[in-house]
Amino acid sequence: MSDFLTFLLIVIESTIRLATPLILAALGGLFSERSGVINIALEGKMLAGAFTAAGVTYAADVSFGMGSASPWVGLLAGMLAGLFIAAIYAITCIKFKADQVVSGAAINILMFGIPGFLSGALFLSSGSTPQLPKDHLLPQSPWIIAVAIGVLVAAIWYVVYKTPFGLRLRSVGEKPEAADAAGVSVSKMRYWGVLLAGVLAGMGGAYLSIGQSSLFTRNMTAGRGFIALAALIFGKWRPVQTLLACLLFGFTEAVSNQLQDLIKFPSGEKLPVQFIHMVPYVLTIVVLAGFIGSSRPPRALGIPYQKEK
Amino acid sequence: MPKLARDLLFPLIAVVAAFIVGGILILLVGDNPIVAYRLLLGSALSWPDGIGYTLFHATPLIFTGLAVLVGFRCGLFNIGAEGQLYIAAFATAWVGITFASRSAWILVPLCFLGAILAGALWGAIPGVLKAYFGSHEVINTIMLNFIAVALVSYFTQYHYRVPGDPILQSAFVGEGAHIARLGKFIPGFPERIPLNLAFLLALLCCLLVYLFLWRTKWGYEIRATGSNPTAAEYGGISVRKQIVLAMAVSGALAGMVGINEVMGYRYRYYDGFSDNYGFTGIAVALLGRNHPVGVILAALLFAVLQHGGIYVDGFSEHITKDIVQVLQGIIILFVAAEAFFKWSLGRFGFRRLKA
Amino acid sequence: MLELRQITKRFGAVLANDQVDIVVKPGTIHAIVGENGAGKSTAMRIAYGFYTADSGQILVDGQVREINSPHDAIALGIGMVHQHFMLVEDMTVAENIVLGAEPGSALSLDLKSAAAQIRQLSEEFKLAVNPNEPVEHLSVGQQQRVELLKALYRHARLLILDEPTAVLTPLEVEEFFAILRRMREQGKTVIIITHKLSEVLAISDEVTVMRDGKVVGRVQTKDTNAAELARMMVGREVLLRVDKPEPQVGAAQLEVRNLSVVAADGSKRLNGVTFEVRSGEIVGIAGVEGNGQTELMEALAGLVDVSRIRGETILGGKNINSVGARLRRELGIAHIPEDRHRRGLLLDFTLAENSILGVHYRPPIAALAGGVFLDEGAIQRRANEIIEQFDVRPRNAALPARALSGGNQQKLIIGREYRLNPKVLLVSQPTRGVDIGAIEFIHRQLVSLRDAGCAILLVSAELEEVTSLSDRLLIIHEGRIAGEVDPKVATLEEIGLLMTRGH
Repeated sequence: MSDFLTFLLIVIESTIRLATPLILAALGGLFSERSGVINIALEGKMLAGAFTAAGVTYAADVSFGMGSASPWVGLLAGMLAGLFIAAIYAITCIKFKADQVVSGAAINILMFGIPGFLSGALFLSSGSTPQLPKDHLLPQSPWIIAVAIGVLVAAIWYVVYKTPFGLRLRSVGEKPEAADAAGVSVSKMRYWGVLLAGVLAGMGGAYLSIGQSSLFTRNMTAGRGFIALAALIFGKWRPVQTLLACLLFGFTEAVSNQLQDLIKFPSGEKLPVQFIHMVPYVLTIVVLAGFIGSSRPPRALGIPYQKEK
Repeated sequence: MPKLARDLLFPLIAVVAAFIVGGILILLVGDNPIVAYRLLLGSALSWPDGIGYTLFHATPLIFTGLAVLVGFRCGLFNIGAEGQLYIAAFATAWVGITFASRSAWILVPLCFLGAILAGALWGAIPGVLKAYFGSHEVINTIMLNFIAVALVSYFTQYHYRVPGDPILQSAFVGEGAHIARLGKFIPGFPERIPLNLAFLLALLCCLLVYLFLWRTKWGYEIRATGSNPTAAEYGGISVRKQIVLAMAVSGALAGMVGINEVMGYRYRYYDGFSDNYGFTGIAVALLGRNHPVGVILAALLFAVLQHGGIYVDGFSEHITKDIVQVLQGIIILFVAAEAFFKWSLGRFGFRRLKA
Repeated sequence: MLELRQITKRFGAVLANDQVDIVVKPGTIHAIVGENGAGKSTAMRIAYGFYTADSGQILVDGQVREINSPHDAIALGIGMVHQHFMLVEDMTVAENIVLGAEPGSALSLDLKSAAAQIRQLSEEFKLAVNPNEPVEHLSVGQQQRVELLKALYRHARLLILDEPTAVLTPLEVEEFFAILRRMREQGKTVIIITHKLSEVLAISDEVTVMRDGKVVGRVQTKDTNAAELARMMVGREVLLRVDKPEPQVGAAQLEVRNLSVVAADGSKRLNGVTFEVRSGEIVGIAGVEGNGQTELMEALAGLVDVSRIRGETILGGKNINSVGARLRRELGIAHIPEDRHRRGLLLDFTLAENSILGVHYRPPIAALAGGVFLDEGAIQRRANEIIEQFDVRPRNAALPARALSGGNQQKLIIGREYRLNPKVLLVSQPTRGVDIGAIEFIHRQLVSLRDAGCAILLVSAELEEVTSLSDRLLIIHEGRIAGEVDPKVATLEEIGLLMTRGH
């Protein structure tokens, strides 16, 4: 029995750890998509956050001797990096009304390259940052993190549903011309949505590099930005459901090794880990097609707002 | 401005602007942009290696560029070329392994069919989901990419790997599934350069895609659907069928990357072989303004960069081949924000865009 | 209260407003009248900050003001109710009303006090709505009330109403006018955009008349009459009268029996319609827009899924309900759709490519290599014939359809459908947004097609157009045929009564 409890505890802890970057990025995506801007660039923003956080933490630690304060400086830098990338994305999509999917893809491609490019120049490495000391990382305790995430989700829920800001944000994503006619600046709200997405995704990336691990490695997000997007869709663009979706996806990842032993094909073959990895993606397709429940995107999602034809 | 000039001008400006921004980045990290660009671009011109490898790198990009183009012309954004080409490449290898003993006369067409059909089927899935369930093809193709990668990696790892091989790759395909390298036909061009007949197939596909889209009734229907689906419906065109057809054709084109990879280059399926060909295809199609001729030009440009990236990696101190990705990203960003240039040029009636 | 001075606005090639001057006195109801496309809505959208004028000035309370967005207009006490309501469907009435002007602090959205305030305004102006109801559950009339409350909630002193009665039943129109008078009594100023002269005379104090983007007259309502206003709107003495010979009516071509179109929610937008159209006649359908005309025409053209259709559509003795748009065209049904940008044209395609839409898949167009490849020569010939015969300008088949004016786009569509030698022609709003010269041309073409033996079904929101073109006139109301009249003898009053009361 106590073995089972220990196992359960381990699973819960690693679920929280694995879900945290997803939750941050997905909630960021929520702000952006609720304002009507598609965010397939979460991956790129996470990469920006992860790389910057690791690099800056290292610099703060080694060059400025900031010690245990350095991961916090790194976290802040990671959020700013996400913000910066989001600003580029926002200007192309909102001001210049570029296709959101195209610019998102461009941001992702760009951010596959930038960390390698900079790490080559700064650290003379090919795509990774130097190792950080274990005691100069973000808090590891899953319980602290769980509380922080809980507070964050509650705050986001409140902002989206209970404040004028949230009302305006949602209206801009549903029917921008109505918001405009009511005196709400569509582009201002969309800038807010996209920039908040950048900050949160950058934070998620930072947690990957200076929370879960102790350095940035080439393409370390490995598709987590897209899983976050999947969770957002699976969570029907609502904060609490999105949180649950992230936890589910984190859970499948956490138990993938255990599941391999538990579930076997009729032939006696183990369930390959690849199939467990597919779960979030398959679920998203199924939900989006309306096979279980229906997931309706914000009506104006992906459409640049142009009032004069 | 005449249409042709405009069609050429904006991509050209985007490329030049991207190189300028890239140059500034190179300066910032303390290297010399001129030296870096000379390495990046110059290495592509050498005979036979530079030209040979550049054309070899261009081959998959032409296929994926065409794939994205066909989707675009139907109003669809196929981000799924990456997954389609993985499934297709694996299918090609599967056919080549399963029927390994057959002669080339049977095996080559069979492998072609495998690549094309597998790509078409994988491409048709998001088409069907869009046409009959109304779910967005962008999300579905992204998800299907991950599923495809996991699926082929599973089959390779558990069913088609040579026992004991530490590398995640399949067994070799039969000799009959090999297609000739161009070195066989060109004097002084060594056969070690993997440029093969698939390159000519890619060029042929450009012509075929052009004829298909602009000269056949099917192409007319696809383009009409992309231009205005409600008007297409009025014209007696089944929008749903066009969506599925366009996605299938798109997937088939992406799938032909498998022909180049498996039948002309490695002669086996090698897990994770694609160097983001599917995503670069988006850049190729956009920069090529969704025209087959543009696709060839854009694919050549990106191939030059890709080939030059290796030299940059080797011969410069600070700059890595990642500069290629960076340039690519900036180019697409600029192409996407065409309005940016119109705005900064600030002439004609474009001043209005400021409002 | 509001003054527009020398306002000019261009959309691409179209001059929508040409040095427009409008003066609205405080505490009055001011009507702006004109035909479709005269530039009324554009001028008012400029006043509300939705569009920015290319040149000219806006004065509010005698002072020159910059109005760059609706936000600015609202701050100056201007409210606008758009023709297509600007409501977020899945939000509640209260949320829609407070949006952008929320009560409470930035940290908390106080919908309770908002609801109380809304109730108070509802009482004051007799605009009954439930603040907590989602907007998507409201009827059109209720949605309009929400729009009015939205403006009042923002303390609008001037309300601009764009075609407010187009969606209302006659009874609702009377109630609506009572509300407007109540607002005037409370000291509000109202601008009402319309093209219905009877309403102008019934409600307004002053009238500004627009035509082709210009202001062509301003008068006191008490000093004018319908005939004078109509003359100013149309720009000539005689109202539309089409000279046409007596019809040579033949056999019934298209029969419709008990035809209904069922919406997703089970309601019937078209409800049990029965009539026939014979060769050589034009059957007109008159009615207030949104009473099932669109559903009728789309159903007859094969653009409505068969699962949503009840009843029978009979062509050549057979029920063709399950026949799609392509085969219907082959069977001889041509269709000029009501919205040419949405349905009728591929705006990015060339005129040549547009000229083959609907016949692109069969000889003589798709004629090469077993009917797969398009015959460029045949396409060019067809396009040039249409351009020539229907006077489409500019005469260049290689131009994209987008580059043409509304009238020329419409002529291209009519030419394309005419060219099919149809047995039956379905025509919706043939002259909407079309200049006067083209209107006459289009009317002549329709009559000549009728005289060649075609059976024509015509839907138009312009009562004068349907009455003058039709040989028989059906009146549609709430999805049903409310009656049939002889357009030669029926009075406008008689038709109007059927249109609005149903019987």
